Amino acid sequence: MAARLAVSRCGALPAAARRGSLVPCRRWSAGSADAVYDVVVSGGGMVGAAMACALGHDIHFHDKKILLLEAGPKKALEKLPEMYSNRVSSVSPGSATLLSSFGAWDHVCNMRYRAFRRMQVWDGCSEALIMFDKDNLDDMGYIVENDVIMHALTKQLEAVSDRVTVLYRSRAVGYSWPGPFSMADSSPWVHITLGDGSTLQTTLLIGADGHNSAVRQAAGIPSVGWSYDQSAVVATLHLSEATENNVAWQRFLPSGPIALLPLSDTLSSLVWSTSHEHAAQLLSMHEEEFVDAVNSAFWSDANHTELISSATSALQFAVALLKPTKASARQLPPSVARVDANSRVLFPLGLGHAAEYVRPRLALIGDAAHRVHPLAGQGVNMGFGDIASLLRHLSTAAFNGKDLGSMSHLTRYETDRQRHNTALLAATDLLKRLYSSRAAPLVLLRTWGLQATDAISPLKEQIVAFASK
Amino acid sequence: MWGGRKLSCSGRRFLGVLGSGSRARRAERPRLAPWAVFSDVQLICTLQNKPWNFKEYGTMCIKSCRMTFSSLNRIEIYWPPWTQPYSSSRTTVDSSEVKTFLALAHKWWDEEGVYAPLHSMNDLRVPFIRDNLLKTVANHHPGKPLFGMKILDVGCGGGLLTEPLGRLGASVFGIDPVEENIKTAQHHKAFDPVLDKKIEYRACSLEEIVQDTEETFDAVVASEVVEHVADLEAFIQCCCQGLKPGGSLFITTINKTQLSYALGIVFSEQIAGIVPKGTHTWEKFVSPEKLESILESNGLSVQTVAGMLYNPFSGCWHWSKHTSLNYAAHAVKSVAADRSGPAELVAEEGAEVPQAKASTPAGVHEELRK
Ligand SMILES: Cc1cc2nc3c(=O)[nH]c(=O)nc-3n(C[C@H](O)[C@H](O)[C@H](O)COP(=O)(O)OP(=O)(O)OC[C@H]3O[C@@H](n4cnc5c(N)ncnc54)[C@H](O)[C@@H]3O)c2cc1C
Repeated sequence: MAARLAVSRCGALPAAARRGSLVPCRRWSAGSADAVYDVVVSGGGMVGAAMACALGHDIHFHDKKILLLEAGPKKALEKLPEMYSNRVSSVSPGSATLLSSFGAWDHVCNMRYRAFRRMQVWDGCSEALIMFDKDNLDDMGYIVENDVIMHALTKQLEAVSDRVTVLYRSRAVGYSWPGPFSMADSSPWVHITLGDGSTLQTTLLIGADGHNSAVRQAAGIPSVGWSYDQSAVVATLHLSEATENNVAWQRFLPSGPIALLPLSDTLSSLVWSTSHEHAAQLLSMHEEEFVDAVNSAFWSDANHTELISSATSALQFAVALLKPTKASARQLPPSVARVDANSRVLFPLGLGHAAEYVRPRLALIGDAAHRVHPLAGQGVNMGFGDIASLLRHLSTAAFNGKDLGSMSHLTRYETDRQRHNTALLAATDLLKRLYSSRAAPLVLLRTWGLQATDAISPLKEQIVAFASK
Repeated sequence: MWGGRKLSCSGRRFLGVLGSGSRARRAERPRLAPWAVFSDVQLICTLQNKPWNFKEYGTMCIKSCRMTFSSLNRIEIYWPPWTQPYSSSRTTVDSSEVKTFLALAHKWWDEEGVYAPLHSMNDLRVPFIRDNLLKTVANHHPGKPLFGMKILDVGCGGGLLTEPLGRLGASVFGIDPVEENIKTAQHHKAFDPVLDKKIEYRACSLEEIVQDTEETFDAVVASEVVEHVADLEAFIQCCCQGLKPGGSLFITTINKTQLSYALGIVFSEQIAGIVPKGTHTWEKFVSPEKLESILESNGLSVQTVAGMLYNPFSGCWHWSKHTSLNYAAHAVKSVAADRSGPAELVAEEGAEVPQAKASTPAGVHEELRK
């Protein structure tokens, strides 16, 4: 890291001494003073690492000093493990474009990922279903292991190590903010204290430290949110027979959505959101028992009722009359043969949204700004969307010689992203609530809603377009 | 809103503006967006209240002014409260005018404060300067596009424009006659280790440094300054003197139109009190035509004149084809000096034959040329 000289704070100097000279409070000292960075990203998860990478590869940041702080160890893979990881993300085409823009997607392609062309979502209490696909056989998205994404990002961070410094196993423990505007006698930058007691300064702090964001809390930004009465169980599953396996499956059960995401011809990844008790049971049961539970969750009609079934058929019939070709043919999910040993893990779920994404010299991205139910598979994609937007605004600001911590462009980022993220957050929360019920009116409502949406292609296309961002 | 107020009712107060003695000073003022919505009728009332204007410009002017009005649904003028008192000669710096601005010096860096419009004007003027300068170089370092260039920022105030130019890699020399402004600017840049090396400030007038800095700068910037200059011709000459042959002069200022009088002095100073009374003297405003002729006659060829409009709702500036309020100009100093052959003339059409200048050998004062 190119050590940057820094100016020490001058608050301690007597006022008279300051007034006396034209250069009131400059004190150069390479050793004792803090380094001043242009941007510090706190938190090197998928979102924070991608942010640092994107900045490091931006041409207008060629001369800037960027620092990435990550509490955990470096996550580059020596070689690709044969076994798939149980932590995977569904990556939208928009996110893939972002990752390509700084070369990380190439690493993903050279390792492994699985494209899916369709997504089938259906109701556990009725026959209602919606099938998303793209007419031109474009990919709807990609299932990528989080470790592969992290590896790709780590590689690309190494490629720009001249401007991006990464400190692994470094936890930021304290942040202090400048006053409302910087004509005060103290430094106008954000001060960061690390776990080892060292301190540094930055003109812009980007908080990417996950849903319990310490940055957000230190800034006093309120966050609305709640824990769901659900946990997610993830696992790597082996299919009974090799298939094309290019569909992402999701079924809404009254206890929560269960999703099967393709990894290879014979492997899929499971994300099953259910009650905490049921999740704990799923984790502790024998492997065969677990596989049976998964299969019956996808196949069982136990939650169907006479009323709903007839109502569903009636609507299906009506839709068929109006638009004979439009209603999607139901496809059957593959059946599961076994589960990878030790691949079952449980995550409690919650929703959260920061009331503000920006403050002077501060921007929040990723889960630090918004936490979403995994049912839409959008968590990391929202974070990547934040990066694309913030990068655009920061790059322009840098090319205009602006102070990177200025609210004038940070608020533009906030406006851009809150519009998109709140819509998605609200929609996923609504879906989660709607589908947690067995009550006939709600089931009918969502059944018809799903069927109608499936029949109206413009609406469906809009949903696909929105989710692809 | 203010637009509802009748401009005409201030007729009596005009005399106050015209008499130079009544310079009320107010350091603090409510943060109001300086804009107004007027009707044609109100403007005419204003003009009628100011008979000498008719004498000077006649009805043609009124007509064109009305056209400007009707073509702009909402008239937005940005009225600068920061306006630096500037003079090309230190002796003509008005000491009472200096005091007006002292109180404001510490507010320079509040982006949301009284200087907010000046902060946001950077979104226009920095790219304007950057892109025009980049046209003159074959390739540049993307992270520091202006690296290697020397820029003089005349009337730099608190350094609002100086710092962005420094961040783009240029070595910037910021001067301002108000010592407090320079202290503010100095204090602010000292926190940024990179800027601290890139920028040098000095409290002085242009005239004081011009001899030491002959043909030193790739660009001279005079943003929101010339409307305060007593002798514009002399000022432009000084700017030109500091420029290397082929160097660029950038100016942003306020046009001298009925509109700028009505909205600026009458409305902003007399009625709404957005700007302290006496901040501006309309007679000192300069029209783009006048400016162009002064530039051309001093061996500078005018490349661009573009209008700028301020939208007080968004707090943003926009380029506009209307130059009737604020505008920006870019002129290039002729390459041909008395020492170089006429073949090197790059003066654009309309440029005057470059004046033979007293060619004091550059290098008498090396300190600025590092
Ligand atoms: C079961 C489950 C399934 C999911 N499936 C999908 C999916 O299919 N598609 C999708 O898009 N999203 C999915 N998500 C969501 C996705 O995983 C998250 O949105 C994403 O990981 C958030 O990334 P992040 O970098 O913002 O935060 P995190 O991944 O939480 O990273 C935060 C990082 O900050 C570091 N850190 C924290 N504090 C400090 C500190 N003080 N100093 C330094 N470093 C610090 C941590 O070590 C960590 O590395 C899923 C989530 C869950 C729980």
